[in-house]
Amino acid sequence: MRYLPLTESDRREMLGVIGAKSVDELFRDVPASARLPAKIGGLPDHQGELEVERAFQALAAKNLSPSEVPFFIGAGAYRHHVPSTVDYMIQRGEFLTSYTPYQPEITQGTLQYLFEFQTQVTLLTGMEVANASMYDGSTGAAEAVLMANRVTRRHKALISGGLHPHYRGVIQTTARWEGFKAVVSRPDIEGLEDLIANIDKETSCVVVQNPSFFGHVRDFSKLADACHAAGALLIVVVTEVVSLGLIKPPGEMGADIVVCEGQSIGNGLGFGGPYVGLFATREKYMRQMPGRLVGETVDADGKRGFVLTLSTREQHIRREKATSNICTNAGLCALAFTVHLTLLGEAGFKRLAELNHAKASELADRVTSVPGVQLVNESFFNEFTVRLPKPAGPVVEALAAKRILGGVPVSRLVPGDPAAANLLLLAATETATEHGMAPLVAGLKEVL
Amino acid sequence: MTIKYTNEHEWIRVEGDVGTIGITQYAQEQLGDVVFVEVPEVGRKVTKGDSIAVVESVKAASDIFAPVSGEVVEANAGLADTPGDVNAEPTGKGWFFRIRLADKSELDSLMDEKAYDAFVKSLS
Amino acid sequence: MVQSLDRSQGRAGSPAGSASAASGTFTGNRALQIEEPLIFEMGQPGRCGVDLPEPSKVKDRLNGLRRKGEIGLPGLSEPQVVQHYTRLSQKNYAIDMGVYPLGSCTMKHNPRINEKVARLTGIGDLHPLQPVSTVQGALELIDTLAHWLKTLTGMPAVAMSPAAGAHGEMCGMMAIAAALDAKGERAKRRIVLAPESAHGTNPATAAALGFTVKPIPANERGRVDLAALKAALGPEVAAIMLTNPNTCGLFESEIVEISKAVHEAGAYFYCDGANFNAIVGRVRPGDLGVDCMHINLHKTFSTPHGGGGPGAGPVVLSAALAPYAPYPWIVKQGDVFAVKEDGAKVDGAPVGRLKAFYGQMGMFTRALAYMMSHGADGLKQAAEDAVLSANYIMASLKDTMTPGFEGPCMHEALFDDGFLKDTGVSTLDFAKAMIDEGYHPMTMYFPLVVHGAMLIEPTESQAKEDLDLFIAAMRSLAERARSGGAVEDFKAAPRFAPRRRLDETLAARKPVLRWRPSNNPPEGDPMQQAAE
Repeated sequence: MRYLPLTESDRREMLGVIGAKSVDELFRDVPASARLPAKIGGLPDHQGELEVERAFQALAAKNLSPSEVPFFIGAGAYRHHVPSTVDYMIQRGEFLTSYTPYQPEITQGTLQYLFEFQTQVTLLTGMEVANASMYDGSTGAAEAVLMANRVTRRHKALISGGLHPHYRGVIQTTARWEGFKAVVSRPDIEGLEDLIANIDKETSCVVVQNPSFFGHVRDFSKLADACHAAGALLIVVVTEVVSLGLIKPPGEMGADIVVCEGQSIGNGLGFGGPYVGLFATREKYMRQMPGRLVGETVDADGKRGFVLTLSTREQHIRREKATSNICTNAGLCALAFTVHLTLLGEAGFKRLAELNHAKASELADRVTSVPGVQLVNESFFNEFTVRLPKPAGPVVEALAAKRILGGVPVSRLVPGDPAAANLLLLAATETATEHGMAPLVAGLKEVL
Repeated sequence: MTIKYTNEHEWIRVEGDVGTIGITQYAQEQLGDVVFVEVPEVGRKVTKGDSIAVVESVKAASDIFAPVSGEVVEANAGLADTPGDVNAEPTGKGWFFRIRLADKSELDSLMDEKAYDAFVKSLS
Repeated sequence: MVQSLDRSQGRAGSPAGSASAASGTFTGNRALQIEEPLIFEMGQPGRCGVDLPEPSKVKDRLNGLRRKGEIGLPGLSEPQVVQHYTRLSQKNYAIDMGVYPLGSCTMKHNPRINEKVARLTGIGDLHPLQPVSTVQGALELIDTLAHWLKTLTGMPAVAMSPAAGAHGEMCGMMAIAAALDAKGERAKRRIVLAPESAHGTNPATAAALGFTVKPIPANERGRVDLAALKAALGPEVAAIMLTNPNTCGLFESEIVEISKAVHEAGAYFYCDGANFNAIVGRVRPGDLGVDCMHINLHKTFSTPHGGGGPGAGPVVLSAALAPYAPYPWIVKQGDVFAVKEDGAKVDGAPVGRLKAFYGQMGMFTRALAYMMSHGADGLKQAAEDAVLSANYIMASLKDTMTPGFEGPCMHEALFDDGFLKDTGVSTLDFAKAMIDEGYHPMTMYFPLVVHGAMLIEPTESQAKEDLDLFIAAMRSLAERARSGGAVEDFKAAPRFAPRRRLDETLAARKPVLRWRPSNNPPEGDPMQQAAE
């Protein structure tokens, strides 16, 4: 077997040194009732690369690929072009197959790129400190609420109706089992929600999303002031990180914690994971942050170097009193993010954002030329909501039958709500083209 | 003035009804370089045995338990800038906080210097 | 108080021995070891690593919130970016370079076929919210992996969405909390028992869910003290959290009695599956009585560690806990896969949602490719080779170093620092000296139950000759430490790595977590020095 270097002769020699007659002796602590007489049944034997590849190609053939058809789906994961360099860098063995940098002398590569990543995250969000990544935006959002609870010593979080329903779900699950209250608002379809009146002395935080799940772009400065006046924190979630190239960042609106889904930069759609959560906050809350932190220091020769730091907040030291149970970060996805963003730089990142907005504007104008299709949004970045004259779910299925991936019916994420039934979320990134938009428009005309 | 010790390696120096609390030389040696001390708020009321402060080194974090019951009247703000004071002078400028004792008889169950020294010897 | 750790680590200026680390070159570089600035110190406006077309002119629809001013991102061309990250990569040790004996992390070979299939068009580029009818192959992939996990563990159900081991622990313990809730026992059963040797994520997870964690003592054989456990069980205990094999690398021989006692007391058995590599294909945790177990796909099933992530932590569940698996549920209806998302009616009472979308699909693909490559026969052989290799190391070094416990180990060998007594060399110093020998150190100071722990896990991926060289190197280091004359060399280690020991005290006392123009300029700027 190609991955197992030991030969029968090696095994015999090793058993001889150990003083055992067979490897079964080494498993003698396994209770007799649990000893399997032979290899586990119901599973195939080993296969070569060719067979394995064929099996996966067969699975791939049963899926409709976004790379091959008109594609306009967003809703928390966005299709962007990732430069070729990124994939080559993350597949270097020294990055791909290395581990958490617990021995910093021989992991300065990882530590330095994470330090660059942390800096990039603070710059994008307009905040003061950032960690070395979370699993994703949704779990990062839940950790942000837990952090706000710790900081304020309060237990009630207000959740905007503009927050991605999956993110809301994760926060609700966390609230239910970890013992705090999550007050959820109605879906904010029109983008007019005002939560200020709901803030009281028991509120630990208000969680909003910008652009919202429905695409609206808003200024949360007044909300931030209201939070602070009541001793609460403002948490702003950003599910499309490219929007920060064109829109005022949450740090400039007075946010206390910013959580982003970083997938758009460096990481493909991947059917939902692995993604990369960005987590940033103010320096005064630094010690309350979950996740790993990389800090700068010097070595015994006085040379600048980087180390994991403030580890005593984490589970492996603080155990039951840790800020979080988190161990793993999103390592390689953070590297992909950093490499892609470094390739883009200031000019490229801003231009990418402009391109996205321009494409979405164009798409909005074209789809609203279809009779019965109304644009709900006055503002958006690269994603917006349209109201159709009939339920959106079957429309999307009919488009899929024509090999067009025409957005997400809001009812899929907001089921059972009559106000959502006819709503369709459409996204257009820099990858959208005339060759995609024209069939979508034609398809909608046919189906509606 | 009385100085007593706990088996969690805390010392308490009592003058009148106020006790100053810190960790011992042995404790700071065990911890290594102290990087951060989380001290309690002034005004906080504690019961003997409550977890009241945290002292962090690079690789460890230790809870400090209130050796007596009472009210916190002062916390060592200087530790925020120079946590290394705990290593340099654990019984001097490295003090953590001061408590107004609610019940002086609680001191009776703590060790005196001789007993504490014997206790430390027994650990090695 | 916490156990004593070496105190000299991380202090700059500690005795460096005779070996000066001054590079002696103009650039400060040493052949292939290049001193590398940060991207913020390299960028120039006017440089860009991508070519993007001119956006068409449109009226802003941004609610007047167009971003003003500079973000502050540096501009680099593609060649510079490639050079920068390539040079950084050369400062990293990795599995691809050799023995990586980190106990409890299972640093096995990461096959490249996994990377290839994860990137196939129609797998790597799918959107999670495409209509379910357009992703039947993706759902089949997840279902197939689920089948392998259930079959290998002998458990009837599996929750696929947790993103990492710790996340899986949270999922399993939430399911237990939900099961107790359904029986009206959540308020009564507030205690979770876990050994002192447990990984920190165990008590952290339990505490987060409002449980009080109480320790289960170990016996002198390094295993759970069954009598003490039985005494600790009672009507207030919700669950135990055990790792098996445990973090000392030992199989819990009384595990069947343990699970029986736990169940009789009305509690649940959470198993931390981090060490599954020792028994995969030979023993099914379901046969041992566990109620749920998370599996680290990035350990047992070879998905790459990537410098610290991403991971994946699916959780196999007993029949009693299966109803509480989080959304989404992937169910087969005839020949067709359907997805039951938040609020959907299912044959159970999901705890809720733990993560957006489905889970770590990229890791599912890689793990399944690994499983299919090995097959049932190969997985069994892998576990046996892992256990054989660890015992080979234990047997070869037990006279030179001090094993933590007597008798054979499983897939990892635990030593303590007894053999270094009175040498002046600590576990930390020993580990740093391994770096100079070309090895990543073993796990150190974990588990906490032995003094100065050294946990060595070779995995099944090393050739015997490589194990022999590793053993010889360890023996040489142990003998040098005991010879008495080499303490300074150990304290000065590592001498040949890209960096010497780093000042972790400074990093924690004065945290600098991002670049700012006012931070120290890059070290040893040769042009500046030349000018001076």
